[in-house]
Amino acid sequence: MKKVEAIVRKSKFEVVRKALHEADIDFLSWWEVKGQGSAKQGLIFRGVAYDVNTIDRVYISFVVRDINVEKSINAILKSAYTGESGDGRIFVTQIDQSIRIRTGDQGDEALYDKK
Amino acid sequence: MINKFIKYIGLPLGLSALLPVFSFAQAAVAAAAPVAAKPVPFISAGNTAWMLVATALVMLMTIPGLALFYGGLVRSKNILNVLMQCFILTAVITLEWVVFGYSNAFGSSTGALAPYIGGFDWAFLKGIGISDVSPYFISQETERIPHLVFVLFQCMFAVITPALIIGAFAERMKFRGFLVFSLLWAIVVYNPVAHWVWSADGWLFKLGALDFAGGTVVHINAGIAALVTAVMLGKRRLPAGQHITAPHNIPLVVIGAALLWFGWFGFNAGSGLAADGLAASAFLTTHVAAAAAALSWALLDWFINKKPTVVGIATGAVAGLVAITPAAGFVDVTGALVIGLLVSVFCFFMVSVVKVKFGYDDSLDAFGVHGVGGIWGAIATGLFASPMIQSAYSGTFYGNSKQLGIQLMAIAATLIYSGIMTIILFKVVEKTLGIRATEEEEDAGLDITQHHETAYSDAE
Repeated sequence: MKKVEAIVRKSKFEVVRKALHEADIDFLSWWEVKGQGSAKQGLIFRGVAYDVNTIDRVYISFVVRDINVEKSINAILKSAYTGESGDGRIFVTQIDQSIRIRTGDQGDEALYDKK
Repeated sequence: MINKFIKYIGLPLGLSALLPVFSFAQAAVAAAAPVAAKPVPFISAGNTAWMLVATALVMLMTIPGLALFYGGLVRSKNILNVLMQCFILTAVITLEWVVFGYSNAFGSSTGALAPYIGGFDWAFLKGIGISDVSPYFISQETERIPHLVFVLFQCMFAVITPALIIGAFAERMKFRGFLVFSLLWAIVVYNPVAHWVWSADGWLFKLGALDFAGGTVVHINAGIAALVTAVMLGKRRLPAGQHITAPHNIPLVVIGAALLWFGWFGFNAGSGLAADGLAASAFLTTHVAAAAAALSWALLDWFINKKPTVVGIATGAVAGLVAITPAAGFVDVTGALVIGLLVSVFCFFMVSVVKVKFGYDDSLDAFGVHGVGGIWGAIATGLFASPMIQSAYSGTFYGNSKQLGIQLMAIAATLIYSGIMTIILFKVVEKTLGIRATEEEEDAGLDITQHHETAYSDAE
């Protein structure tokens, strides 16, 4: 099992979500985050233009079976890409255990719906 | 860009230099006693109905109008403090008004003080009965409103004036210090200046200064006090190199500005104290000037910073409303258009160039909008006042070269008196109660430290 986390542009989030769904990733969590990177955000207040390096991003996190790691990464790479600085990052980490609270299923069993 | 501005500013300044010495001119706008041969004034139901509504509209300007306008502009940790400041001033100044404020501003005193401040004859509104007609009127000498309606209408003006100053010291003043300072300011500055300009005994009134709805009394007065408090209080403690903070909720700014615009119809169209053609004309000029200034600010934003901003158009509308305030009942649509289009140029220049250059922290541009807009409005009244609106009053462009000088006199008197008294009151409160929030209070935000509340809590 692997945890896949990705930081993507706010504007790309819906596309990423759809791409992940098409790659059969149906369980995921996300939250809106503020971060700092090389990209800058330009703002104007009453005639004064200024830059902030605080940028808005969406942080996505989900745990998948090893067989799905590759295709979920590819889905994100494709859907979150613009080619401009600030497209984001993907991180993958090893997960020791997962348990579905309702049934007590453990490991891979806990990660997908048996159809 | 600076040259362009100097061209605009140079025009009124250049004209003023050509003026002869000030002279006493102009018939009174309102007289304390009707002339004997005239019909006896009575309470007009129509005028009264309109003025009751107008009074309520002016109240709407402070809470929630101004409160939301300022509240949206501050950071999320300080919005409650701003809302509370507007709310408590509505309560405290109302009480001050009925206890003795109205009497000081609009009552009469005897001897040398008469032109400067009213006495205490009307303290606790003593002697003002429910069927008494208002001693004040503008266009309707016979068909008047109840005196009590006039007291209430003016009460709302007294409330909003100290509330306007909040924009200058937002995000860094101790609540206790703020409250005492604002109350003292209302008593020592607002009431006398209102007496000078609007009371039949007032020295600026007798001089012929024109201020239809409070450009001098409300906006210049609050504007200069704002500049003084912003400078004396010092800058907010922001990270090095940062001078401005992003507004935390621009939709609130828009709602606030729209409510101000709406309420301003009561402020300006109500200042004729009657439901007649003059009220309609003031309503029209108010609306036109606000529209022109909103558009002109948006265009400036667009040309100079490449995008029209929402805060910009909202600020422009308010600047237009400020500028038309003294002129609303004196100028025609052309005057209103010019006043509105130009006020955004002056205010934009003030907040984006002058403020940045001098580095004072007028957090929400109370001086940049109300001070500068008010001064332009007072000058413009002296230029554009048209005898087609009120036959007794004309400005420079209609052949009365003296009016502009009188206007400048009123502006200078207000700037000097309000400026000096604000310095004194600020010092007094600073030495006795303390006025600047501590570094910890400012960091944590005034909502939690001054009120033990937060606007946006995580609790469900």
